[in-house]
Amino acid sequence: MKTEAPLGLTPSQTVGPYLRLVLPWPDGPDVVPEGTPGSFVLSGRLLDGHGDPVPDGLVETWQADPAGRFNHPDDPRGAASGPASFRGYGRCPTDDDGRFWIRTLKPGPLPTPEGGQEAPHLDVSVFARGILVRMATRCYFSDEEAANRADPVLSTVEEDRRETLVATAESGGYHWDIVLQGPGETVFFDV
Amino acid sequence: MTEPAGALHARNFEATHERLDLPEYERPQGLHPPMNSPGYKSTALRSPARPLVLLPQRLTEVTGPLFGSERVTESEADLTRAGPGAEEAIGQRIIVHGRVLDSDGRPIPDTLVEVWQANAAGRYRHKVDTWPGPLDPNFTGGGRVVTDEQGWYRFTSIKPGAYPWGNHYNAWRPAHIHFSLLGRAFTQRLVTQMYFPDDPLFEYDPIYNSIPDPKVRQRLVSRFDMEHTRPDWALAFRWDIVLRGTGRTPMEEPHED
Repeated sequence: MKTEAPLGLTPSQTVGPYLRLVLPWPDGPDVVPEGTPGSFVLSGRLLDGHGDPVPDGLVETWQADPAGRFNHPDDPRGAASGPASFRGYGRCPTDDDGRFWIRTLKPGPLPTPEGGQEAPHLDVSVFARGILVRMATRCYFSDEEAANRADPVLSTVEEDRRETLVATAESGGYHWDIVLQGPGETVFFDV
Repeated sequence: MTEPAGALHARNFEATHERLDLPEYERPQGLHPPMNSPGYKSTALRSPARPLVLLPQRLTEVTGPLFGSERVTESEADLTRAGPGAEEAIGQRIIVHGRVLDSDGRPIPDTLVEVWQANAAGRYRHKVDTWPGPLDPNFTGGGRVVTDEQGWYRFTSIKPGAYPWGNHYNAWRPAHIHFSLLGRAFTQRLVTQMYFPDDPLFEYDPIYNSIPDPKVRQRLVSRFDMEHTRPDWALAFRWDIVLRGTGRTPMEEPHED
């Protein structure tokens, strides 16, 4: 082994208007298959700085399983439990009205290295023409009020902007819009 | 009401582990384009006006989907064949290959690489691409490959053409191939574009030039690779992709094969 200067990172470029040529997958929105007990649909719209729909975007989600675990070597607690069909990852192109959706299970709360606990959440990436670098945000759940109040990330966000990160429970699932700019602008993170 | 299973797990974990030890990915400063880049007009309404909030890297950020060969068929590595029975696409055949590494020099094995591009005439097979460049019935323009255990990827295609776009008067995009990489963690997710050497359109392109540092821009330019051309068949271009590392693993001797 030898030590060398780190390699130079590859910079980002926009996904452009033609991502539909390969990025949508037939099962992309299915974090779990249809009919999985406890599954629901999270849906919303991707909106630009004029409040107009973004019809050529892609929304991706990544999340823990209902036990708050990840099937990944960097989760030191080991493999996830829960249904084997749970993928953790969702991907949905937006339609002409800017709509996206995923079918998933609610993730469990997560321990933090500082000994605290994070409220159930999804990490979300947004791509579109005009977006030069992946925009990262989080989606929490409106029916987890106590957990959300104690969440170490939400508490770093200005109080009047926190609701932009919280999906609203509605019949059959949750509703959550992503606003790229302007009034009601979603909080985006430097990950 | 019963306690959610996750809370129980979290408590049990705290009881049995001193500390949750997670990797920490480097946070590049000044590497990527600014999200609002006035030269590229579509950024105007699609970039946040408020500053980004710093997100500590915890479990959700340091993990990610580990998709590999199970999502890919062998034929998806050849963009010159649109499908069974299709004729070969028209254009200059090229082999594009390289390695996916993290910035510590560690290869990223069995990771999904998705690519898409215009045809040899610079036309995309897409409803919103309506400029009068010819479509090729035998070219769809999408492909998927996975990296091998040393992080190598490779696909066959035709060299895409330059094309006009509506950003400003007489705007042309340099020839490029779009790349999407999942990496191994949410922090590593990258969508970018690969360009070809010595393109005269570089200096006019606001997307290429949105990257602040001219030396960093050049990391997106593949190099002609004579050694990997296939005689009497195809040219070759080499392009390595470097995702964020953790600074934890010393660089090992790279395998050149």
